[in-house]
Amino acid sequence: MPRLTELQDAFADAIVNVEHDVPEAITSHSSPKPRERFNIYRNNVYSSLIDVLSARFPVAERLVGEEFFRAMARMFIEESPPRSPMLLVYGDAFPSFLTEFEHAQDVPYLPDIARLEWARHQAYHAADCAPLTAGELATVPSDQSARLVFEPHPSLALVRSPFPIVSIWQTNTADDEVKPVSLSEGGQDALIVRPQLEVETYKISGGEAGFVAALNEGANLASAAQAALEESADFALDKTLAQLLAIGALAGYQVSR
Amino acid sequence: MSLAEDMGLSWFDGPIPARTGLGLKPDHYADILESPAKVGWFEVHPENYMGAGGPPHHYLSRIRESYPLSLHGVGLSIGAAAPLNRDHLERLKGLVERYQPALFSEHLAWSTHDDVFLNDLLPLPYTEETFAHVAGHVGEVQETVGRQLLLENPSTYVAFENNDMSEIEFLGQLAAQTGCGLLLDVNNVHVSATNHAFDAEAYIDTFPIEHVGEIHLAGFAETRDEAGAPVLIDAHDRRVADRVWALYERTIKRTGPRPTLIEWDNDIPEWAILVREAQRADQIIEKRRTNHAAID
Repeated sequence: MPRLTELQDAFADAIVNVEHDVPEAITSHSSPKPRERFNIYRNNVYSSLIDVLSARFPVAERLVGEEFFRAMARMFIEESPPRSPMLLVYGDAFPSFLTEFEHAQDVPYLPDIARLEWARHQAYHAADCAPLTAGELATVPSDQSARLVFEPHPSLALVRSPFPIVSIWQTNTADDEVKPVSLSEGGQDALIVRPQLEVETYKISGGEAGFVAALNEGANLASAAQAALEESADFALDKTLAQLLAIGALAGYQVSR
Repeated sequence: MSLAEDMGLSWFDGPIPARTGLGLKPDHYADILESPAKVGWFEVHPENYMGAGGPPHHYLSRIRESYPLSLHGVGLSIGAAAPLNRDHLERLKGLVERYQPALFSEHLAWSTHDDVFLNDLLPLPYTEETFAHVAGHVGEVQETVGRQLLLENPSTYVAFENNDMSEIEFLGQLAAQTGCGLLLDVNNVHVSATNHAFDAEAYIDTFPIEHVGEIHLAGFAETRDEAGAPVLIDAHDRRVADRVWALYERTIKRTGPRPTLIEWDNDIPEWAILVREAQRADQIIEKRRTNHAAID
């Protein structure tokens, strides 16, 4: 009998490398070399992890079809297996894997859809926090408003894309029959937030996205508005701020010195 | 009338009633909150509640206000030759402190190797060396979390060539040495008995029942190996089989009423079907209780 550590080396190696033979130390009453039985473990490991990715990236799966998705997910798992038993954190590298995956290049928006789905997954499990209200903000004296630094809601995420990802995600999620989306609609920016229990996905303008990106980096109100205006001359600060408060995208603020 | 009595739990045997519980699934959060008290308690995989916030904690907190809870871990890899994952152990400890579960269990299996999490409950040879590893890990878990751990008998598909002891001897000695309890999964007994051609009833009849703190029931899938021998797979995706119900009745006759879980983790049915499965187990427990009272 090999030592336990050697046995587990051989067992794990044969699970991950299907071309390797089953470990020497295993047997069964019906067959001294129980390859079919060992395959149950191989199958359990891969199919359960593929199921995790399938549940986490359902629109990405729908876009390429179940069979293709499962084959692709398996290659991802072989390349980047989970490193923690806390599978909630598994899949963050999947979007960048899709960017590099040569057989999915004809679905160029696939990685960004996966980024959007990953952001939604993270928002679902993010820390809870009561959103900042307009009433609380109204107490800030107007001469201090330019120096406001907002704290984004813990669930807030921004996914910017050169493809119409919100339209694609929406019709594949909400519509019984998927509506055609023309890539000529151009890029879309998605804002994801979970102020209470529901994860919400909003399509926001380029200026708004520039503003949120600057807030995420800790910019004060004046510099964030400046960054937004550089992205889009149409950017309207008051309207954007009111909307962000209305959807619960902000958690608090400080007045910088 | 207290909440416990209101729920029909006047015969508490401790922090958890000796009746049937169900695995808590997000699909059923709303059903449970709308029509309370159809089952005695709930069990969750702590790994699904290791995020910072969100609906999982919201609903688990609300449900915990009305029901006893069992934490049934699937990620600790207690049977690995490598050291336990301390971060994971600390997360478990945090959940035990937060939710105060009545029961806390894990598996006699391994699932992590070289830091890769294989997400399955892999089998162990029952050798003196394995025993030393597992006993050390069980002691470390109980010490860190500050709670008794129940360890579950596995379902396995392959055997090892040189065991030093039987599974029952392994588990009995482990409980005696570490003070851990045992979770007797009756479906796993049927699955392993079929897969390794041993007598499931004899296994139940010789299991060290004095250590059993919880029982599991589940459904299995069937296949065959290359030699044509039947192989059962612990799939948790369907009703409990009649043969397993019979084995459960035999178990309850020996153990007396014990908290019993219906495990149904894949192809999850509607709430009402789960409740009916739970009621079937409750009837077996109740029959044992009544018969026993009659003998007294």
